[in-house]
Amino acid sequence: MLDMRLYMAQRLSALVMAPFVIVHIGVMIYAIQGGLTAAEILGRTQGSAFWFLFYGMFVVAVSIHAAIGLRVILYEWAGVKGAALSVSMWLIGLVLFAMGANAVWAVTA
Amino acid sequence: MKVARAHPLLLAYILHRFSGIALALFLPLHFWVLSLALTNAARLDGFLTLTELPLVKLAEFGLVFLLAVHLFGGLRLLAMEWLPWTAPQKTWAAAAVAGSLFVSGTFFLQAI
Repeated sequence: MLDMRLYMAQRLSALVMAPFVIVHIGVMIYAIQGGLTAAEILGRTQGSAFWFLFYGMFVVAVSIHAAIGLRVILYEWAGVKGAALSVSMWLIGLVLFAMGANAVWAVTA
Repeated sequence: MKVARAHPLLLAYILHRFSGIALALFLPLHFWVLSLALTNAARLDGFLTLTELPLVKLAEFGLVFLLAVHLFGGLRLLAMEWLPWTAPQKTWAAAAVAGSLFVSGTFFLQAI
């Protein structure tokens, strides 16, 4: 059943992201002190396998999570159904993943 | 309807949904700005100097709040769906079934 699998993917991606979000908020509070610069961000992330894996998995999980979440909202609030609903979900997920992967590569490569 | 709509759990549902939508809309912008590190580092620094503006700081506060509220609201949802029920919850659920059986049993005894 498609809906059950999407439900599980939504919950599992949420579980994966919970620790990521907590670390992300912690890093933001730490990094924002004394202002933000590209050099400071890149100094932390560039060439780091840890941050590559961290943000890489974060991007995969958030693409799945946001695509399924917006699918529910498109169905419930906008009445989108059938093939249009599936196409929208995949489009949202793939665009978020492509943009996110690009961003992760830009700051960690 | 008025009472049901004022229920705090409905507010929790609405807050979770709106924070989710807002975060999903913010993500493409977030990713695009970060990807400038590769293509146009000066422009990335240009964006980062915007973070000194009070209004941008306020917007950042809003975004962090949305992220945190979506995290905690989501954890609450996962706990409700997946964690074992507590003893009082089970007692109330059993009491609801017992009460329903009593009412329908009374009806049935009158019907036969």
